[in-house]
Amino acid sequence: MNKVKIKRSILAHLIPGFTSLTKKGSSGWMIILGLAIVLALVVMTAIGPWIAPHDPVWYMGPIRDPPSFQFPMGTNHLGQDMLSRILVGGSIMLQVAALSVLVCFLIGVPLGLFSSYVGGLFDSTLSLVIDAVYAFPGLVIAIAIAAMLGPGVINMALSISVVYIPSYFRIVRSQVLSIKELTYVEAAKATGAKWHTVLSRYIFPNVIPSIVVVATINFADAILTAAGLTFIGLGVTYDIPDWGWDLKNGWSYLASRSWWIITFPGLMIILLALGFTLIGEGLSELQNPKLQR
Amino acid sequence: MSEIIKAEQLKKYFPVQKSFLEQLFTRKMSYVKAVDDVTFSVKKGEIFTLAGESGCGKTTTGRLVVRLLKPTSGAIYFNGEDVTKLEGEKLRLLRRKMQIIFQDPYASLNPRMRLGDAVGHPLEIHGLATGEEKQKIVLDVLDKVGLSPPEQFIDLFPHQLSGGQRQRAALARSIILKPDFIVADEPVSMIDVSLRTTIIDLMLGFRKKLGLTYLFITHDLAVAKYISDRIAIMYLGKIIEMGSKERLFLNPMHPYTQALLSAIPVPDPKRKRKMIELKGEVPSAINIPSGCRFHPRCSYKKDECAEKEPQLIEVEKDHYVECSLY
Amino acid sequence: MPLLEISSLGVDYRTSRGTVHAVEDVSFSLEKGETLGLAGESGSGKSTLGLSIMRLVPYPGVIAKGRIKIGGKDILKLPEQEMRLIRGRKVAYVFQDPMISLNPVKRIGAHFTELINTHEPTTRKEAAFERTSDILKNLGLLPERINDYPHQFSGGMRQRIMIGLAIALNPDLVIADEPTTALDVIVQAKILDLLEGLRKTYGMALILISHDVSILLERCDKIIVMYAGHMVEYANSTELHKNPKHPYTQGLLQSIPNIELTDQKLSAIPGSPPNMLNPPKGCRFWPRCSHAKKKCSSKEPPLIDVGNNHFVRCFLYTEEGANNE
Repeated sequence: MNKVKIKRSILAHLIPGFTSLTKKGSSGWMIILGLAIVLALVVMTAIGPWIAPHDPVWYMGPIRDPPSFQFPMGTNHLGQDMLSRILVGGSIMLQVAALSVLVCFLIGVPLGLFSSYVGGLFDSTLSLVIDAVYAFPGLVIAIAIAAMLGPGVINMALSISVVYIPSYFRIVRSQVLSIKELTYVEAAKATGAKWHTVLSRYIFPNVIPSIVVVATINFADAILTAAGLTFIGLGVTYDIPDWGWDLKNGWSYLASRSWWIITFPGLMIILLALGFTLIGEGLSELQNPKLQR
Repeated sequence: MSEIIKAEQLKKYFPVQKSFLEQLFTRKMSYVKAVDDVTFSVKKGEIFTLAGESGCGKTTTGRLVVRLLKPTSGAIYFNGEDVTKLEGEKLRLLRRKMQIIFQDPYASLNPRMRLGDAVGHPLEIHGLATGEEKQKIVLDVLDKVGLSPPEQFIDLFPHQLSGGQRQRAALARSIILKPDFIVADEPVSMIDVSLRTTIIDLMLGFRKKLGLTYLFITHDLAVAKYISDRIAIMYLGKIIEMGSKERLFLNPMHPYTQALLSAIPVPDPKRKRKMIELKGEVPSAINIPSGCRFHPRCSYKKDECAEKEPQLIEVEKDHYVECSLY
Repeated sequence: MPLLEISSLGVDYRTSRGTVHAVEDVSFSLEKGETLGLAGESGSGKSTLGLSIMRLVPYPGVIAKGRIKIGGKDILKLPEQEMRLIRGRKVAYVFQDPMISLNPVKRIGAHFTELINTHEPTTRKEAAFERTSDILKNLGLLPERINDYPHQFSGGMRQRIMIGLAIALNPDLVIADEPTTALDVIVQAKILDLLEGLRKTYGMALILISHDVSILLERCDKIIVMYAGHMVEYANSTELHKNPKHPYTQGLLQSIPNIELTDQKLSAIPGSPPNMLNPPKGCRFWPRCSHAKKKCSSKEPPLIDVGNNHFVRCFLYTEEGANNE
């Protein structure tokens, strides 16, 4: 019992807000677990270049060597050390995901805010257009745009953003539609506030919680889509270590029993996506007042 | 005695949404006639109450007077000036002089704004004070509404306060601009009974100290009797009886008023009231009965009641009724 | 034997932020055909008390202490199946908001017939149908409307239907939790008259829960005043009105405007209802009480019999309290 208490107090000091999160029951633990996973992977990727035993791209060892003491995760078809590639390969994915979430946020949120506040024909028309984009299978659009733009981190991020802007738009719009009918917004108008003040200080702050939830789940999705794009060959090239790239190549070698080439990157992708999903789900549970905690 | 507010033949009709097929095939529009030709005036310094059951149009009228809604027709005068069609900067200036307090203390404060910011925001909006000066005014007004010591309250969020405290904060926000006129929309209905008098007394106190005039909206006639100078009873969008408090309660003339008063519970187990029976229920505001809108439920109904809508007549000094009996 | 006997009832809500003692040490009894009013404001515990009689306290609430006896049987010891037989049959509940308490996709008639068939499965379809029509007539509704859906009725009518469902199986006790709060004054009066009429016809006992003390004074034989989970005063309504003894009751009665009086001097009770996660020590009313003494903030006052079937929970009425200055 005492050991648990000590551990908890250490963690409480390390992470501000830890104690309030644990009090929130299982949802809080989900968030903590998710945060832990994401942080661990980010840190790993960040310090990866320094702790990788071999150069992830240029060191060439024996080809398709199964996991051994020298290469704990084996080598791929080019002789590159899988362990080193795992340690370093998350960087592209994280960059792409972060960039796309940022772009989505900067475009989707203001559009949603403005459109639902203004209402009328403008709102109906814009919603129609956005819904049309939303109806498309995300990966298909991402592929189309990536094919047009070519490879590279920024292009990947852009193509993923286009897919996810509708989600932000729709969530923000539906929140604003209900919030703008609330009494405190009416009260703000009654004191003479101009429309931009009402939007920025009364409506937007109350929409933020739902945006955060979308953003985290969006992150998870973006990672998977980035992996998917690379898998098809529309992502990065061979000279940049990337889990998605390894996934793509590992696939073809599965038949020849080189299971390690695809498995480890696959696991890492799943883990990263899982981390973000846990955070997002935990946050959304926290906001649901009906869940007894 | 000057009139600070005059509402003239105010009407507010809300169009009823038609289904897709109806939109294609019928031209007919139906409306919810929430406010249907309402005329009254409020004298400076008095408390004028709009009373009635839910759906009678009192809340909508209140919103029309402070221009949160645009009337379908009719006019509103503020200190003699026609403010019905004001827009833009002129409307914002008007807002400094009239304010509104809402019914639900849990919904009228922004959950993400600290109390000090929420109460002081009107000052910022109208560029009246900023920084330290604003802080001073906010602290002073919070103290005036009984949230003392005010320093303790300015950094709190609404969810950290009780209903009564929130309503005090809303009251503070409404007087901080030093308005002339306040519409109070059921300000105490959602507050515990034992705390209502505090809020009401605060409001009465401000009437004296700040020279305020109130339009008080309520469904609780007992509270209306306690606080008002003059009362108007509304039914289905019209004022059916209006007058000074004394006259109206002593001598209710309209059959609806009489029935309403007889139904109010009296906190005395020995008084056996006899409730006046009213047939049926309040009809929908989309299908208002012809002629006198009360006639389907009235026990004194005459033939003409279904055909002609009666006019508002002065039956005795400062006591008006709209009924063919008079 | 009294119909309902409650002894030292305690109901807690075990939340993640701490335990809320929503009801503490409540004892009273109810005879057949009596009306009892439960008065109180937010946080008083009156609704929780009503629900506990039906063992319907929602999670995370638990009935922590005490006994509830209905017709002599301790219902807290009963297994859930037996409790279900009591609910609806012996004790019925009328909920506050008629707008959301009826199943919108079920016809009104079906609400009744299903209720009857669940508790009396041997009833034939025609018999159930006839009983439903009779009940609808007693409620003042047209029997032809038996196949209408809830949304086709107004709020007042829906509440009548709720009351009808409550009395359909001829229970011994009906608990009505703020049955008229969502309704207008005229409809309210009609509903309360209906309850009264049905009560007399079927000989039921009634527990009326409301924050509106005027209604309770008008229509109940006995009244319990609740504050922060405690029963602070318990007396016949005429006695309570004439001789309110607890400072809270006195304050409450002085804050209600009376439509029949002019030039009233109303006063409010200073302060606010306590935070139930951390209520005041001792008498829970002491921070707002003008008679509070040092003892009030450290010890909880017991329930004292001041004669005439009148009970008060206040140190003012103990031997020492009366002598202290």
